[in-house]
Amino acid sequence: MSMLIHQLRYDQKAFWRNPASVFFTVAFPVVLLLIFATVFNGQTIEVDGGIEITAYYVPAIITLAVISATMQSLAMSLVIAREDGRLKRGRGTPMPAWVFIAGRVGNSIVVALLMLAVIALLGRVLYDVPIPWEELPAILAVLVIGAASFSCLGIALTALIPSQDAAAPIVNALLLPLYFLSGIFIPDDELPSGVIEFANHFPIRDFFQAFFTAYLPGGDSGLDWGNLAVVAIWGVAGLLLAIRFFRWTPRSG
Amino acid sequence: MPEPVISIKGLRKSYGDTEAVRGIDLEVSRGEIFAFLGPNGAGKTTTVEILEGYRQRTGGEVAVLGEDPERAGREWRGRIGIVLQSCRLDPYLTARESLELYAGYYSDPRPVDEVIELVGLAGKADDRTGRLSGGQQRRLDVGMALVGDPELLFLDEPTTGFDPAARRQAWETIAGLRELGKTVFLTTHYMDEAQRLADRVAILAGGQVVARGAPEELGDRDSQPTVITYRGPDGEVSLATTTPVETLNELTGRALAEGFALEGLEVKRPSLEDVYLELTEQPGNGAVEQEVARP
Repeated sequence: MSMLIHQLRYDQKAFWRNPASVFFTVAFPVVLLLIFATVFNGQTIEVDGGIEITAYYVPAIITLAVISATMQSLAMSLVIAREDGRLKRGRGTPMPAWVFIAGRVGNSIVVALLMLAVIALLGRVLYDVPIPWEELPAILAVLVIGAASFSCLGIALTALIPSQDAAAPIVNALLLPLYFLSGIFIPDDELPSGVIEFANHFPIRDFFQAFFTAYLPGGDSGLDWGNLAVVAIWGVAGLLLAIRFFRWTPRSG
Repeated sequence: MPEPVISIKGLRKSYGDTEAVRGIDLEVSRGEIFAFLGPNGAGKTTTVEILEGYRQRTGGEVAVLGEDPERAGREWRGRIGIVLQSCRLDPYLTARESLELYAGYYSDPRPVDEVIELVGLAGKADDRTGRLSGGQQRRLDVGMALVGDPELLFLDEPTTGFDPAARRQAWETIAGLRELGKTVFLTTHYMDEAQRLADRVAILAGGQVVARGAPEELGDRDSQPTVITYRGPDGEVSLATTTPVETLNELTGRALAEGFALEGLEVKRPSLEDVYLELTEQPGNGAVEQEVARP
């Protein structure tokens, strides 16, 4: 356990010093929030009986930020470390494999929690979107289950990525369209029902719905067990695939 | 006779139809620097990765520190140090942080400052590894293998691609391991590296050991023929002889008596490089191992 904290400390150092990881997981969601919320500010949308569009975008962008901090960031950084030979090198030490993986997942969850705070605060300060403090336990529960599940999916995804150069294209080709189709970038009342139906087959939509429900102040919000369960099932599937197909040695050479 | 640190008997490894390692026998004793010398594709990395526990052998017996690497656990990995043939360290950690990270994996690590000193990175300890030169990164890599204070170190081609100055510095670091009492298993395709560092060398070609012994005796160099070349009246002549003194005497006598010049006269003993090239030229094709006993 103390080795895990040790590993996490150095993972955090390396993460915050890497300009690419900081840009994609921290700066990018913030920029997206500023763009969407500023451009569409003042509009209301037909979701949940009519809400401010900014109140829609805050949980939407938090959803995106959590997925970037976990699935996207892990898939890319693990492939880079694998192809550099660092994973193989680490396996030649007494460090148990689970410590390494738990360190990386822990790192992702820490960043995801931080992004929750950053986006929620920006939403409150810039766009007057209330932070639903009374829902905090539900929000944290959804976030942690989502972050863990998307971490597992990210680790599983590394098995499909053959090289460092292929990491960003493959990850983005998977995630970007699904962000659009799942109502992260375009509010779902403006999306055709066929699109939503398609997106419903993938966990981003479920995670977004579960998080949106938890984040919506008052009303009948709270835990959306159905969607959350789907996210968790995807997470477990990702975990099993990761255990079966994850490799520590470089694909090239 | 103490138990050998590495003991290999009849080691074989196949990838599909290709046999990369075709029956190797070796023993490495405690405190010795052992070099595994051979051209690319000879089976060096395959063998060393079997010893490190990364690959599974097809046949034969292997014991490293008394255990089978395929089944050895964390405690065993704490007793070995590994430098892979190619590994890029985390570019965003400093040299010191990289060592501290690895020190945390071992129960009784060597002090990080001491390791920095050992690998000659005292002035660079707080630079990020991405800013170190190739040679400095490699020495840091050796440091990361040393920080757990292992009994046995594997170095897979530690200086490939280095400029001469960086190689010399890496050699100093590796030679310094002897003073720490470490056993070192080194692979290289540089003859001079093996000669400079190793107590004993095994030359590998086509997955088999074709020669072994102390570097100065390797390939039975002393009994190899001397080659005499010159241009005489009949053109270019090349003679191989095991009795060069007599042959030269006879040759110069004839030249004086008959009044012709020995233009471009050269007397050449085979260099270590010649021996190495000859031994590794035809991999496996009837190569007969030449055993050289240590005096």
